[in-house]
Amino acid sequence: MSGVRSAVAARSAGPVVDESGRVTLAGVGKRYETKRGPVDAVADVDLEVAPGEFVAIVGASGCGKSTLLRILAGFEGHTSGTVEVGGAPVRGPGPARGVVFQDYGLFPWLTVAENVRFGLRQQRWSRARAKQRAAEMIEVVGLTRFADRFPGELSGGMQQRVAIARVLAADPALLLMDEPFGALDALTRTTMQHELKRLRAESGATVLFVTHSIEEAVYLADRVVVMAGGASHGAPGHIAAIVPVDLGDERDVNGPAFNDLERRIAALVHES
Amino acid sequence: MRAALWRRRIGHGALGLGFVALLLLLWDLGVRGEWVLLFDIKMGFLPAPDVVARLLWDFAFGGLYDDAYSGTLLEHLTASALRVLAGFGLAAALAVPIGVLMGRFPLVNAALDPAVNLFRPVPATAWVPLVLLIIGFGSQATIFLITLSAFFPILLNTIAATREVPPRLVEAARMLGTTRVGVLMKVVVPAATPGIVSGLRIGLGLGWVILVLGEANGIDTGLGSMIMLAREQVRTDRVVVGMIVIGLAGFLSDRILVLGFKGLFGRRPLVRA
Repeated sequence: MSGVRSAVAARSAGPVVDESGRVTLAGVGKRYETKRGPVDAVADVDLEVAPGEFVAIVGASGCGKSTLLRILAGFEGHTSGTVEVGGAPVRGPGPARGVVFQDYGLFPWLTVAENVRFGLRQQRWSRARAKQRAAEMIEVVGLTRFADRFPGELSGGMQQRVAIARVLAADPALLLMDEPFGALDALTRTTMQHELKRLRAESGATVLFVTHSIEEAVYLADRVVVMAGGASHGAPGHIAAIVPVDLGDERDVNGPAFNDLERRIAALVHES
Repeated sequence: MRAALWRRRIGHGALGLGFVALLLLLWDLGVRGEWVLLFDIKMGFLPAPDVVARLLWDFAFGGLYDDAYSGTLLEHLTASALRVLAGFGLAAALAVPIGVLMGRFPLVNAALDPAVNLFRPVPATAWVPLVLLIIGFGSQATIFLITLSAFFPILLNTIAATREVPPRLVEAARMLGTTRVGVLMKVVVPAATPGIVSGLRIGLGLGWVILVLGEANGIDTGLGSMIMLAREQVRTDRVVVGMIVIGLAGFLSDRILVLGFKGLFGRRPLVRA
């Protein structure tokens, strides 16, 4: 907990703003060479995300939203433009940019505690510190009773909590989430959204969150990026609109303002 | 629920043992009646089950016939097991690391794959004459043949298993700060372990198969050599005894291998059930 809190203090209070969570995408494009000639997965993406901001990315399948996230994670290269996190260009994956996958990506042969410790040990934390930090993070996500279980013995929601805990343990400046709740049932999904809201407030990390659910995007995000295009549309994936969500911290998913915004974004997704 | 499960297990066990008993009965009847079966199998030439049982007892504990083989089972089994173990161990020590590298690095694969495909189809039986000429009769030739035959199934299973490692796990490790080299030991090897263990089991089983081939020439201790000598003396009873002991040894060594890994890994899901 102490790590999470200290991070909040460092990033939100005081005149000195921690810039390590700033995301700058300028003219970003990704071109694949295929047998039938080049194909642009995404093109001309400009996006600036302030430190501590929560940005959701929505759009139809194939619009390149996951590609964008994978480029930011360092899993894939881009072919044009600049990709910077905290003012430094992204070169390959690393622990400053934590990634949460839809299919969790936990190591099945490691227990919950060992999964959460894994990254810390890789980053050369001492055994004792890693153990303590992992125990704290497992408590934060409410899985202390399951610390010695294996991922295969847990429900999907619990596995995703472990995946979030292992990423937050290293206190990343940026959290990249690729449809993290897409494989969960509706009830678990709602619980996880609440949980993420709380964790994010504690950590203060910048969050980029790809989702198919407009409701989820409006519920969680400060801004919603609507992407359009994609191979099936004959145009490269691009940003069609950026919609700020001015609904305050307490959001009522059944309130009129919430629903208005949801409809507006849905219209943007469908018309583009 | 538990009781019902046990009842079913015991029922299934009784069914299996019953079938074995039926086979033994048919064996006995066939020998006495001198049945001639498919493939011109002349059952009259077979020893009866009780003759085999007595000889097996004498081989294990002695005291019945007092010949050169009385009470020597342990000696022969140990000699054979050591050869299998040496050949298998050497094959595993070579095939697993090479397989991991071939599975993960296209360059290594490109360099070694043609050679593997050149040697792999040559069966151990075809190697025997050459091995006898360039190594000569004995333990070393046997161990060489076992290494050779166990190597390929272990290698191919290791290659396949390392290729099937979910890319997601590699991404997860890289994102958590694991280096490219670290991924090999931290992710690829554990994720491929179930497949590697399957390959090891096949390799060990083959080791016992090839043992008989290797011990066929110029060796006087070992279960394979006992069988081949018994054949020359037309002792079908001793041949069958040797077959039974080799079968049991192969079965037991597989169980020991699997239980060993299970003991090593505890509850970790690293060995296929």
